[in-house]
Amino acid sequence: MNWFYFSSPVTFYGLAGRLAPWFFALAALSAAWGLWLGLAVAPRDATQGEVYRVIFIHVPTAWMSMFLYFLMACYCALTLIFNTRLSAMMARAIAPTGALFTFLALWTGSFWGKPTWGTYWVWDARLTSELVLLFLYFGYMALANAFEDPRRGDRASALLAIIGVVNLPIIYFSVQWWNTLHQGMSVGPKGSSMHPTMLQAMLVMSFSAWMYAAGAALARVRSVILERERRAQWVRDLGRS
Amino acid sequence: MGLVTASARGSYSGGFSWAMGRDLRLAWRHPDEAVLTLAFFALVASLFPLGVGAEPQLLARIGPGVIWVGALLAAFLALPAMFSQDFADGSLEQMTLSPHPALGWAAGKVVSHWIVSGLPITLLSPFIGLQYGLTPDTLLVEALSLAIGTPVLSLLGGACAALSLGARGGGMLLALLALPLFVPVLIFGAGAAEAQATGMSSQPHLMLLGAALIGALVGLPAAIVGAVRIAVD
Repeated sequence: MNWFYFSSPVTFYGLAGRLAPWFFALAALSAAWGLWLGLAVAPRDATQGEVYRVIFIHVPTAWMSMFLYFLMACYCALTLIFNTRLSAMMARAIAPTGALFTFLALWTGSFWGKPTWGTYWVWDARLTSELVLLFLYFGYMALANAFEDPRRGDRASALLAIIGVVNLPIIYFSVQWWNTLHQGMSVGPKGSSMHPTMLQAMLVMSFSAWMYAAGAALARVRSVILERERRAQWVRDLGRS
Repeated sequence: MGLVTASARGSYSGGFSWAMGRDLRLAWRHPDEAVLTLAFFALVASLFPLGVGAEPQLLARIGPGVIWVGALLAAFLALPAMFSQDFADGSLEQMTLSPHPALGWAAGKVVSHWIVSGLPITLLSPFIGLQYGLTPDTLLVEALSLAIGTPVLSLLGGACAALSLGARGGGMLLALLALPLFVPVLIFGAGAAEAQATGMSSQPHLMLLGAALIGALVGLPAAIVGAVRIAVD
């Protein structure tokens, strides 16, 4: 078996095209199930009432914002170590989705903050570090597109993404290190302090966000491949057939 | 005959002292750049009392943070000087071809850049703090936090400046890359002076800042070398 068969843009283009619809379908199905669980089945929260239900969007998007950055940085490391073209394209394809999830986490968080904390925004450690993450995504995308030579952009932005990884543990542990307004972890490696239905709905929604991210990244990497390989014979043949 | 002599063999210390001496000499012959950095710092710091009002209590309250933000912006504006001139005239490429290991001379450039920008900012900060009516011990902690924090800014900024060499977007792009990475340094640095001003211990903040400096010293010179290699590739 050839482990590197799909590391070529030509073969991966086809694979991504076949996989993306499945990921989108899984995302839609699990979103429907998760939203039904979260909005209809899960009980009211004892202290926050109905407002807490924004958690079913907020926590999955926040998790994915960090996970996608980590994944992007892994692809960036592959780019720098092995000088592979496809990993740089994958990193470029993941970045906009990661930025979107970061923005959604901040946005839903501020809507959650208004009724519970009485303010849309506080300069709390968790919020600040998540905002920095959004700017890291923006910086990555700006640097990747700032050069005439796309390979130069790949390598420079890869190094930037790897430097930015320092921010991830700061976001994750910020609620423990600085005991400020953002609540602590309800779900962690040591178990959960939530109602089982709430937890189930949140995990299903996280799965949905994950599948959406995979589908969106694969759909986007196809565009990146086409743009970067536009002078290659196989792309020209695509247009002809 | 015998062209490869001992002098052609590079060393870390040789590259370090060569690059540091060269950049310091260049800065000494054009002192206006360093002076401009300081003038900018003093100017930004004196805009705040005019903007937010000059009540002594308010100034003493916001002083530590404002001075840190001003220092951070001044250090940021000095960043392009680290590599862009050498990149434009090709000397950076010559340096990568030199027998000295890149880690040595790159570290020398960062240190000389800090001596020209971060150190004067640190030394000037107590005088600006006086304008804000800060107490002597707050002034001391402010200067100490700047002394630990500005090298981190030079290292982080050096990596970002090297990454954005030859990129479209210039200064704005560099701001987008560097300023988010400066945020933790600002939080701990301003936090130290602020804690001192409000009667708490500044030690935890200073220790975290010191930890950041150690981490930056370990990791970032290699990142700067990587970024320079990508730029001259």
